[in-house]
Amino acid sequence: MKAVNIFEAITVLTVLIYFIPVKWKQPLCLMLSLLLSAVTTSWAVESFQGEVVVHHLSMPFWFHSSLLEIDKLSAFFLIVINFGSLTSILYSRGYLKMYESKASQDFSLHYFFLIWLQIAMILVVSLHEGLPFLVAWEIMSISSFMLVIFESEKKEILNTGIYYLIQMHVALFFVLAAFALVEAKTGISGFDGLVEYFKIYPPIPMYLLFFAGFGIKAGFIPLHSWLPHAHPAAPSHISGIMSGTMIKMGIYGILRVTSFLTDNFMEIGTIVLIVSTISSVFGVFFAIFQHDLKKMLAYHSIENIGIIGIGIGIGLLGKALDNSMICLLGFSGAILHVINHSLFKSLLFYCAGSVYNQCHTRDVNELGGLIKKMPATSMLFLFASVAICGLPPLNGFISEFLIYKGFLSGLDQNIYTSILFLGGIFGLTLTGGLAVFCFTKAFGIVFLGAARSKKTINAHEVASSMLLPKFLIAIPIVVIGFGSFALMPIIEGIARMYLPTGAVAPTNLVSPLLQPLSLTLGVFILLLIVLLAWRAQQQKSVSIARGPTWGCGYPALTPEHQYTSTTFADSLKNLSLSISGVKTHYHPIDKDDIFPSEKRQYETHQEDELEKMLILKPSHLLMTVMLKFTVLRSGKIQHYILYGLGFILIVAFLTIINAI
Amino acid sequence: MIPVALILLTSLLFPGIVVKVKALVSGRKGPGLLQPILDIIRLLRKGNVYSNTTSSIFQIGPTIYFATILFCMFFIPFGDTSGLISFHGDLLLFIYLLGLGKFFLILNALDAGSGFEGMGANREALYSMLVEPAFIILFGTFSMMAGYDSFYGIFAHWHLTSGSYFVLSLLAAYILIQIAMIENSRLPVDDPKTHLELTMVHEVIVLDNSGFDLGLMLLANAFKFGIFGALIANFILPEHQLLWIRALIFIGVIFLFAVIVGLMESFRARLKMEKNPQFILTLSSIAAIAFLVALIISNKLL
Repeated sequence: MKAVNIFEAITVLTVLIYFIPVKWKQPLCLMLSLLLSAVTTSWAVESFQGEVVVHHLSMPFWFHSSLLEIDKLSAFFLIVINFGSLTSILYSRGYLKMYESKASQDFSLHYFFLIWLQIAMILVVSLHEGLPFLVAWEIMSISSFMLVIFESEKKEILNTGIYYLIQMHVALFFVLAAFALVEAKTGISGFDGLVEYFKIYPPIPMYLLFFAGFGIKAGFIPLHSWLPHAHPAAPSHISGIMSGTMIKMGIYGILRVTSFLTDNFMEIGTIVLIVSTISSVFGVFFAIFQHDLKKMLAYHSIENIGIIGIGIGIGLLGKALDNSMICLLGFSGAILHVINHSLFKSLLFYCAGSVYNQCHTRDVNELGGLIKKMPATSMLFLFASVAICGLPPLNGFISEFLIYKGFLSGLDQNIYTSILFLGGIFGLTLTGGLAVFCFTKAFGIVFLGAARSKKTINAHEVASSMLLPKFLIAIPIVVIGFGSFALMPIIEGIARMYLPTGAVAPTNLVSPLLQPLSLTLGVFILLLIVLLAWRAQQQKSVSIARGPTWGCGYPALTPEHQYTSTTFADSLKNLSLSISGVKTHYHPIDKDDIFPSEKRQYETHQEDELEKMLILKPSHLLMTVMLKFTVLRSGKIQHYILYGLGFILIVAFLTIINAI
Repeated sequence: MIPVALILLTSLLFPGIVVKVKALVSGRKGPGLLQPILDIIRLLRKGNVYSNTTSSIFQIGPTIYFATILFCMFFIPFGDTSGLISFHGDLLLFIYLLGLGKFFLILNALDAGSGFEGMGANREALYSMLVEPAFIILFGTFSMMAGYDSFYGIFAHWHLTSGSYFVLSLLAAYILIQIAMIENSRLPVDDPKTHLELTMVHEVIVLDNSGFDLGLMLLANAFKFGIFGALIANFILPEHQLLWIRALIFIGVIFLFAVIVGLMESFRARLKMEKNPQFILTLSSIAAIAFLVALIISNKLL
């Protein structure tokens, strides 16, 4: 039996999930996912070794006899997908224990679509033909929709799910339109038609059409508005796989289309770079004002998608400048950031899920001091925070290092790119600073200090079934951080497909840059260990006392005196005026209100102005116009027959006119 | 080894010089030059008092902060002699290591669970976020001019002979002095002299730290001044001179920097807290001006 038959057999076997007892559903799902991962990872490994791996599906997929084509780019995404899916399914076991009261059918649906999400993503990155690709894309959207609405008995979750589903179909429409245009012009369906298309027709409109479709999935600003809604609504392991892996399918689409470009690199690179810089700065900026831990993480996904996009933009501009170095730095930075983000973001979502699992709230202002109750989860969250802020020595730094290097190498090329890159550097540094601001806030408020409400009283460390996947994710974060020089040739090998045509670049251009960096990071850790050992030695010989926190002479400090998420963000809110969209609800005390009797509350929430402008207002306008037509909907059958008759008459009339 | 030894030597005297200058200007005799460093040594031998609210972060935070600053020292070159660590893009690691140190400094403050320290943490986070672009734009400009993105590459190709480089050196010195002041939360963003905890950034962050940890943090601050002083010195260091003359110039510039800090702190008032972000962002725009000047010099613009 060929590997592709095993793959097909697994897709059929997924139906079994419906017919077994509840407690076996997750193990079966995990087993299927493991098999699927084993098969597809072997394809990926094969592909990394050299040639493109091609498999013929024996069953027709969507009436097409389809090819699975796995080149290096697909292979890379296969690994991201498999790792993300496996850890998500592993984590789900402990996390879904909260919902034991739900019906067995709900779990069947959930696990069935969880495994199908993995299958769909695998198909998305390996199918090249238009229609099969779109069908796989659609399966991916629908299965993720089903996963988001796991708690569909809650009305707001169902509403969010539908909001998500609608946006995904807007994205589908863009991609569909793009594929349809390509097929109409060249007669070749799918990505392969782009080769011909870009040779003859202006590439910018077509690229933008794809960018809009894939960009909604990825979450570039201003196409991002589904992310902050869907991630908090979904169960945490779903948020993890969606944010870590599924939105990367949008990036895959963009990277795939980019690989066919032959001209106009300068213009397209500029557009991608500007949109991405805006996404990264505003993504993290909006994140700071969130009280909901998972909503905050959702906005951070937008930021990181922005950083990936910046890498792609630099790469394209490097290609326009005919500079292999800048091109490789940009693209390999972007590709490395794809896997980096998939790791630390899913880790963060799983940690947030564990906090929710124990405290049953996602509002950071109700949390605090969890590091004493959930030490392992706290340390993992801290670990992922350092990584997502792009701080050394973890993996986030490596990809940002490459992207920065790309910027610095491009500064002395020509006036146009100099100024563009300077703006990009400014944006990226600001993003880094804001990320530190946001994650010191998140970690400090949730895990440090004293508890801010009673919700944390019963919290304790989560079960090992929920810790295991988190530790599994932490391993590659460290490995990429310190071993980047060894892994880089693989990433660079993928990025080489974007090299300027005719460029002669040595096999390893970027990787040698990382060797001294890895070495330096190792030395830094050694120094840190020596210093910590010195400290431990010193502490043994002196007296250690404990006491209350110093209150500057005020003896009655309570946890309410601590900073909260709102107060921490306040300084930034004052600085940024109204762009933050933070709305305050507070009734101040009047001058003649000498004995205020009314109990006052201070409340803030953040509104996404971009979403309001781009989604809510136009759709509201559309609704008001559409409502005018309800006059026609009288409910009387005679009227409807009349409309039908009118329609036939009009068609007949128009045919006659046309004939003349 | 030379730059590390020189920075260590000058950093240890740096706080003493600043205090001495401030005392002399206000007509006092002031403590000895070694007094601040003796205080730090005494702190390093003392025991700690921990707040019951704190966790392990509070214990490792100061050490990580110190480690990052100490490690950053190894990056600094000595004119056209490279630092202990030098590779392509090392200035990025330098900036991000400083960021890592700040990350743990902020967490250290939040761990005590006090409103005061929360305030300090918040301001530290805000200011460091605003100051980072200025630094990276400045060094981006230099790396563009030199064609290298390591400290060594930049300084080895920095020729003071031409007038335009001189102008840029002056701009760089100004920005670096201001960045050093902000990084250490000194005037004009914050005044360590005032005793009202509410007005402060750094002083309020260390409110609950004691003994060894406090000693490390104070030492790290002294090192930070030394590092920034050394960066300024590198811009001014002449080529083709005997080693000992250059070493003297290097030390002299750092001490001059200490005197300038002392004088600035004596004659300047603290800004209103809400004006600080504007002030810090101004530095980024000055750095952007330096960038444009560099573009003109290298004949890319006009």
